[in-house]
This record gives sequence, C-alpha cells and structure tokens, in this order.
Amino acid sequence: MSGATPHEIKEEFVKSKMGIAGILILAILLFISIVAIIFIPVETFQEWNNPGNWISNPKSAMPTWANFFMIENIPEHKILEHPNIERTSNEEISLVSHQFGVNYIYDDFPNDFIYEFSARYSGAPLLQMSVIRPDGMKLDIFSTSLPQSDSSSTHSERIFSTDSQIIKNLSFDSKKFEFATFRLSAENIIFSKTNTNEPLKGNYVFSIDLYGMNSTNQIPESKLIIGGKAFGIMGTDELRRDLATGLLWGTPLALFIGLAVSIASVVMGLLYGVYAGYKGKKTDEAMMRFNDVIYALPALPFLIILSVTISNSIFVMVGFLMIFGWVGIAKVSRSMSLQIKTRGYVDAANMMGQKDSKIILKHIVPQLLPYAFASVAISVPAAITTEAGLSFLGLGDPSFPTWGQILHDANTFGAAARGLWWWIMPPGVMIAITGLAFVFIGNALDAIINPKLKR
Amino acid sequence: MKKYIATRMATMFGVLMITLLITISLVGSNMDTILKQGVVFQIRSEITENPAIAQSFSSVAEFEGFIQTQIEHRIKEIGLDEPWYSPQRVGMTMYKIMLLDFGNATFLTSDEGSSDVRDILFEKLPRTVLLFTTATIIISIIGIFLGALSSNRVGSTVDRITSSFAIISSSFPVWWIGMLMIFLFAFTYQIFPARATPDISASDSGYIGSLLYHMALPLITIVMIGFGSWAYMVRNFMVGTMQEDFIMAKKTIGIKQGRITYVHALKNAAPPIVTVLALSLSGSLGGAIITEAVFDWPGMGRLYFEAITVMDLPVIIGATYLLTVFFLVSIFIADLLYGYFDPRVRTEK
Repeated sequence: MSGATPHEIKEEFVKSKMGIAGILILAILLFISIVAIIFIPVETFQEWNNPGNWISNPKSAMPTWANFFMIENIPEHKILEHPNIERTSNEEISLVSHQFGVNYIYDDFPNDFIYEFSARYSGAPLLQMSVIRPDGMKLDIFSTSLPQSDSSSTHSERIFSTDSQIIKNLSFDSKKFEFATFRLSAENIIFSKTNTNEPLKGNYVFSIDLYGMNSTNQIPESKLIIGGKAFGIMGTDELRRDLATGLLWGTPLALFIGLAVSIASVVMGLLYGVYAGYKGKKTDEAMMRFNDVIYALPALPFLIILSVTISNSIFVMVGFLMIFGWVGIAKVSRSMSLQIKTRGYVDAANMMGQKDSKIILKHIVPQLLPYAFASVAISVPAAITTEAGLSFLGLGDPSFPTWGQILHDANTFGAAARGLWWWIMPPGVMIAITGLAFVFIGNALDAIINPKLKR
Repeated sequence: MKKYIATRMATMFGVLMITLLITISLVGSNMDTILKQGVVFQIRSEITENPAIAQSFSSVAEFEGFIQTQIEHRIKEIGLDEPWYSPQRVGMTMYKIMLLDFGNATFLTSDEGSSDVRDILFEKLPRTVLLFTTATIIISIIGIFLGALSSNRVGSTVDRITSSFAIISSSFPVWWIGMLMIFLFAFTYQIFPARATPDISASDSGYIGSLLYHMALPLITIVMIGFGSWAYMVRNFMVGTMQEDFIMAKKTIGIKQGRITYVHALKNAAPPIVTVLALSLSGSLGGAIITEAVFDWPGMGRLYFEAITVMDLPVIIGATYLLTVFFLVSIFIADLLYGYFDPRVRTEK
C-alpha cells in the first residue's frame, strides 16, 4: 500500500511503456467492437447458427490475403450481384439480358458456380445461360422455360453447376477441347484451356437471357456465385459462416464478459473484505470462514455442473464466474482495511460518530481504489479465458458467436487435422491479445502501487 | 499451533460437506429419474429371465399390473419413494460418498469394462497425476531457477525476457496452444501423435515407452505455457526479499551475491513459493479438464468431460468429490507448510 494520489498514479502510468501499450490495444479492441456493433447488423450474429443464412458462402475457404503467400493463386469466391442489364424488344419478342463479367486470374478451377435468381414475368419465358470465354469461344450452358403463368408472377430458383442439363450441354461442345471432357465437372470444362485441362485466365462474360412475349418481364434478383477456395478477410468455416463476422462480434462479447465479471467481483470482494476487516472480531471470523468455503470450491468443475444443470445463457454464466471471482480480492482488501482502520483519521471519524457505512465508503474504500483498478485489469483475462474454455467444451451460450465457440466448432470439425489454420489461429490470437491488453494495464498499475517490484 | 490445525481441519471438512451438498442438489432430480429407470429396467429383465412368471398370468393387463406393483415395491424398498431432498436420503447419499461408494456409472466404463465408479476413477487418476504432476514439477524447477536468476539481475536481458514471456504466456489459453501444437507437430510436421491415448494395451512390454511418447506433446505444451508465470512469481517474491535489511547486512559482510541469492534469499522466499507449489500441484488435477479434452489424454479431466456430455451423474459426483478432496488436502498442506516455514504464523496464537 502506498499513499499515491490519483494524479501521481496517472503521471507514472503515462510513463510506463507497458501501460501505454495496454491502453492502445484496448482502444483498438473498443474500436473493433464499435465497428462490429454499427456495421454488422445484429441480425447477422443472431443468424450465426442458421445454415440458410450462409448458403452463398464457400465451405472452409481460406482468407483471400493468403494468396500473397501462395505460389499458386487460389481462386477467390466471387458473389456477383450487379450485372449489366440490357433490354431489347421487337414487336413480338422481348429480351432481358444480364451480363456478369469475371476476370479469372487464378491457377486452379473454381469449386462450382451457382446462378441464383428470381424473375417476374407472365407467360412462359425462356431462360438461357451462356458464357463467352477469353479466347472468344461461346459455350451454351443451360436453357429452360420458366413455369407457365397467365398473370404476372415471381419465380425463384438456383441453378447449380452440377445440374445434369449443364453437363449434357457441355458434352455437345466436347469436340472443341483436345482432351476427354467426359466425367469432368462443368466448371473444370468451362474454365479450361482447350489444349490441356488447365485453367484459362482472362475475362469471362456470363450472360443470362430471358426471352418472353411480355415487355415487362424482368429479373429483379440476379446473383452469380463463382465458388472459390478463398473468401473474405478471415475465410469461412465448414458451415460456410464468414469468420470475420464471428471474430468481430466476439470482441464486444469478450469485453463484456471480461469487464462485467471482473468489475462485479472486485466491487463485491472489496466491500466484503473491507466490511469484514473494519468490523473485526466475530463478524470478521464468520465472514472469513465463508470466504474460505468459496475459496476451496473447485471452480471449473462447478462451473461445468452449473452450466449443464442450470443454464448456459451468457448472462447467467457471468453471474457464475462472479461467484468464484471475488474471493481472493476479499482476502487482500480485508488485510488492507485492517491496516487502514488503525490510522488516526479513521479513529477520528469514529469518535465524531460517523456511521460505519460512511467511514467505509468515504475513508477506507478510496484508499483501496488503486488496488481495485489493478485487480479489475488483472482479473479480466482469467474471466475471458474461463468463458472461452467453457465454450470450447461446448457448454457456452450457442446463440452468441464467442471466440471459444468458434474454437469449439473448429475442434469438432477437426480443423487442426485438416490444416484449416485460419479457423484456429485468429480466435486464439484475439483471446490472447485481449488478455494481454488487460495484463499490461494491470501490471503497469501494479508496479506503481507496489514500488518494491520496480526497483 | 494445535488450535490452528484444528480450525483448519474443521473448515476443510465443512467445505467438503458443502461441496457435496451443492453437487447433490444440482444433480439430485436428474439422479432420481435415472435411478427409477434403472429399477424399472432391472425388474423387467428379472421377469423376462423367468418365463414361469409370465405364464402364470391370464391377461396382459394383469401381468402389467403385477410388474407395476413389483416396481413400486422395489422403489419403496430402496427408499426411492421419498424425494431426493429428504434429509434421510441426502444423508445416506453423503455417507456413501464419503466412504468412496459412488455406485455404478450409467454409461461410462473403465478400460477393463467395470462400471463401478470407484474403479473408473482410480484407473484414470494415476494418468492425470503422471502427466500434470510431472509437468508441474518441471515447471516449478525451471520457474524457481529462472526466477532466482532474474531476481539476481533485475533489469538485465534475462530478467526482461523472463518477465515479458511470463506476461505474454499467461494470457494464452493452454488448450489453444495445445490445438496449435497438435496442428504443427502432429499434422504439419508429423513428429508426435495427435491423440495422446497410447494405442497399445497396458500389458504390452512397450507400453511405458509408448505412453511417454504420447505424453510428450501435452507435457511440452503445459510446461511451455506454465513456467513463465512461475518464474515471474518467484522473481517478485525474491525481489521483495532482496530488499530486506538482513540481505543488505549479508552483502556488507561480503558474502557472495550468488550465495545470497540461492541460499539466503531463496530460503526466505520459500513460504509463499511452497504454498503456491502445493496449490498448483492439486490445481493441476482439476484444471486439466480442457487440456485433457484437447489432447485426448485418458485421465480424470477427460473422464469428467465425458461424464458431463452424457450426463453420467454418479461419475460426475464421484469425480467432483475426489477433485475437491485433493484440492482441500493440498490447501491444508499448503497452510501447514506456510506455518512451518514462516515462524510468524507458527507463534501467532
């Protein structure tokens, strides 16, 4: 215990490199949280466990930036949503044409392609899909007539590259290729050089034509997905979820869990300990025995049993973590308050007939505040890792994508065995960085409060 | 001193009872359902084994009625008709548990196929001790040595590296590093096996070698993450001691710095270090749940995890009890050691 004033502490803290680093990391994390809350709608993370929401993403795709380190360029997953729309009509037939341009520069074939559309029409228009390759060759991919309808109606469909008609259509063009196209999948033919079965780089134009009798026919939703092996900033997992979303949303969740648990347990422990120390005698004895009981409970087994039998909601979990968090702080603040209460001004306040609660809150607690702040910072990482550990065991709140949850999924799907490093590394690094920020701040504060350690 | 030990022991016993009570009350209602299902199953199989009973009844309804009365009779006989929270039953359960009679596991069995919870627990316990106690001992040796070394040269490169390594490693979850180690050294570079369970039977001659080989990766991981914070802690204790007057006095007499550090200061910093050692030895048993699950090490931690996933209540209760006992015993020992090493505590009362 030192008599450092808040001003001195602040001045010392600014001088400590470690403290500054901690504050900087924390600021970045807060910024990430704000970005996540503002830019990623809450609905996205509530849909985290809904596979339908992620259908247009690729499976276990690595981050796109990984291409910088690769000898071969891995195809990026492309979701094309803004086609060039052309509309031509003569007296009888009207044509709506959507054209998607793709600059294909990768050394591997795409995984697949999907055309997702919903058309508004009347009658039975004809939908045709074709591609013009960089070498000028035109391949007809697909044609179908949409279901007959007399009045104006909407039809939605997904055309997959595995469609048997596509494979049949391509087999008509097999003479254009110098190798056997038999048994090759559609994307391996469309994106192939003619002489060998290697990807042909260049600009491809996919066009989708809707022929109909009615000039009001249109395709309001039109999306071409070229399935790749790389996606987004952080890649995707086995369930096609965009890991960037999960990681970003994990930040405010982790900060919430860490701060809520540590602040609440420090406040609880501080008041409990100070009260016990100040009161002394029987009260102190009884309160400390109770403290011993909680201290001796094995925390992790109990947390597991509690989350299995009572509830695994994230808020209840915060409460459980608090139960085990306040004990150590209560012990230390008791011994500190034992020292403080012997000081003259506490005696004086007592003589003046001030209430116990006032003496505790006005004269003792403020003395312990530096210690309290340091304890908050130091106990945050433990709270975060414990929650992550519980989630990792599959006992976390399934409705929130915490980092532990992501790691749990990674472990379930054998990410380590399959070399999906982008699924394992980032969540752990985020947990560690968050922990580090608070450890830095806590240690910097600790060094100021306990000058002995510095020397 | 006697009074000190007596209060300690009383508290420990109280804690043990409270832990048991909480555990039982958390899983009690589930436990009841499972036990009743067990009785129904038992009666039905007894009756099917004896076809003469079934033949002596004329109608199906009558036969079913007979089975029902039999079940009710049996439930009453073993006292299941009272709710689990009745004092008699709670007392009975706690008495049994204290005598290490945990009953039979619902799903899990030991490697030899026994479903007695005690057999299962005592089969897994030595393995956890083998891995985690070894790790803790290695960690503490490295930690004490490094800590003393860096306290000797505060501010030197060794000190700075130790301190920063301690701070960094303490914020990484061990199990995550475990995942990375498996990813790196079991799959990318295939040096160690990914699953830590030895794949040959215990009677085989190469079993010990295989066990050690499988143990290597988890052991390295735990030691790597653990020793930093130990070194840092020892350093901080030592730095505190080194500023005491008696050390200054020894320096002025002219005793060598090395001797002061490793003999005089270390001896004085011993009480807290020994306390932490005792605590972390037992903590290593309980805190192993996640690490064992990652490495698939067939010890107490993984058993606990498996029991939780299939809700095998007798195993959960048994394991919790055992972990608590170990934890309490080590707290007790730590307290005693503290008193032994620190004369101020010994003579206090």
